[in-house]
Amino acid sequence: MYSIILSSTTRIVTPLLLLFSFFLLIRGHNEPGGGFVGGLVAATAFLLYLIAFGVLRVKRLLRIEPLFLIALGLLITLVSSLFGLFFQEEFMKGFWLKEEIPILGKFGTPFLFDIGVYFLVIGVILKIIFSLAEEDKD
Amino acid sequence: MNLILVLPILIPFTTAILCLFFWKNIKAQRIFHLSGAFLYLIFSFVLFSEVRTNGILVTQVGDWVAPFGITFVGDLFSAIMILINGIIGFATAIYAVGSIDEKRAQYGFYPLLQFLIMGISGAFLTGDIFNLYVWFEVMLMSSFVLIALGGTKPQIEGAIKYVTLNLLSSAFFLTGCGILYGVAGTLNLADLSIKLAELNNPGLVTVIGMLFLVSFGIKAGIFPLFFWLPASYHTPPAAVSAIFGGMMTKVGVYSLIRVYTLLFNHDIGYTHTIILVLASFTMVTGVLGAFAQTEFRRILSFHIVSQIGYMILGLAIFTPLSIAGTIFYIAHNIFAKTNLFFISGVVRSISGSYSLKKLGGLYKPYPMLGILFLISAFALAGIPPLSGFWAKFIVIKAALEVEDLISVAVALFVSLLTLLSMIKIWNDAFWKDKIDSESEEEVNQFKSMSKVKKIFFLSPIVLLALITISIGFFPEFLFSLSRDAAEQLLNPQIYIEAVLGKVK
Repeated sequence: MYSIILSSTTRIVTPLLLLFSFFLLIRGHNEPGGGFVGGLVAATAFLLYLIAFGVLRVKRLLRIEPLFLIALGLLITLVSSLFGLFFQEEFMKGFWLKEEIPILGKFGTPFLFDIGVYFLVIGVILKIIFSLAEEDKD
Repeated sequence: MNLILVLPILIPFTTAILCLFFWKNIKAQRIFHLSGAFLYLIFSFVLFSEVRTNGILVTQVGDWVAPFGITFVGDLFSAIMILINGIIGFATAIYAVGSIDEKRAQYGFYPLLQFLIMGISGAFLTGDIFNLYVWFEVMLMSSFVLIALGGTKPQIEGAIKYVTLNLLSSAFFLTGCGILYGVAGTLNLADLSIKLAELNNPGLVTVIGMLFLVSFGIKAGIFPLFFWLPASYHTPPAAVSAIFGGMMTKVGVYSLIRVYTLLFNHDIGYTHTIILVLASFTMVTGVLGAFAQTEFRRILSFHIVSQIGYMILGLAIFTPLSIAGTIFYIAHNIFAKTNLFFISGVVRSISGSYSLKKLGGLYKPYPMLGILFLISAFALAGIPPLSGFWAKFIVIKAALEVEDLISVAVALFVSLLTLLSMIKIWNDAFWKDKIDSESEEEVNQFKSMSKVKKIFFLSPIVLLALITISIGFFPEFLFSLSRDAAEQLLNPQIYIEAVLGKVK
């Protein structure tokens, strides 16, 4: 089903949603937000695109497999937890950079962990939705 | 020092991630999977020897000091369980490479198995009751998929029962955690132990204890909450059944022992009597249930239930000897039971069926398999000098010491029935003549396997049988270990001081 209203709105809203998800991700450590919500919003952006243009177009837009995102997310969380061990401290200890990075603000291992969660959530949701959407097709 | 404590979680996690990255490449997955399991085995041994020489190891995750952060604790009991998990994980990893079909491997069998191992390790190592819940979930999520992976009709049917009952159990667990936090204001096990004693309200504590008994009871398969277990464990491939039957229920038993030695030890006369009664019923119903079955793995599943009874019996008697007996029993049972499930898988690949009615005449062409079966089966039944004899001997001796003659009688009677049931499998699968021999050739997948695959298929069985025999001939080592572990469990003060430092 093709709807011109939906598809033209989607073209505008999808980038906005992605931008908003990134905003949620970076404000997450001390204020409401974070990797999980951010990931959900980003997945919603792709989902909206899917409803408007179909599953093949989303796959072309995304370019990578959702499963790769899952693995990548898990890997980032793993790496963020290992810093403590490299510095001979406790496992999963949080480390922060002294100076703030523009746009991102304070950067440290908990933020890295959040990024991992962000990718993981996008990957999982998209994997589920793609499976359902493809089931529907055939 | 803290690296060793987290490695049992990090190794399977890393392995699973690598497997996910190589989703399409089954060969690479196999290599990661095997080397991950091997590394785990090595480091579980390192952890074990470290704990044995230096006493309890503690690490505060994220450097948030207990009781505020999450603590990982490796006492001797945890270390023994981790070591066993390492051995079983390694054996299952080898066996899975030999037995899991391409289709299941393509849909992520190997990473799932690694996540399962990670969940089990986490449950053994954590020192925080809510974190224990989280590890249970990690373990259950992977087990849900593993039990349903392949999507055959009986598997889905088994999975529904399995998932429903385990979710119910998780709900009880979570409720228990909530109430516990409400009354004590902490979730750290060591801190809870102190706070619950200060609470001076044994009635309330007992109620919470019962919630945990129901929750862990469902997971361990205690009477009357066990019925999901024989209804689901015989459905997935043998490799999955083996690790489920060997490790998963024991995680329930482990948690029961942990909370009933550390937290709910105020009204032993009341709580442990309930456990005692449940133990006897579990032993009897499990073994009687097995009699009605004619399917190889269903019989084994009912025996899991019956054997859980012995372990709980040791916990219920609550003397140093009986707890040592329980730990000994857990170790022996995991090896024997996993091996029997492995063998059931080999029998299936030879004869194309698990049903005893269709099996037969396996001893003549495969005498070694018959002997391997007998070793594990007799160990399970408790024939000297195999490992089960010592395990039962210790538990029953502990029961005699407290003059609990009814439990002694039940335990002895049940082990006789266990022997009968094992002989039934022996008679039907190995001894009697096969009824329809014409289908033999076409169903025999074992013969057409490549030599390498056969080695992968059979070597874990030999390995576990050797362990069973060596526990049988040299029980002193495991017994002294179990006794030390029991000593630690019955003196919660040691655990508390290790976690919180010397307070008050």
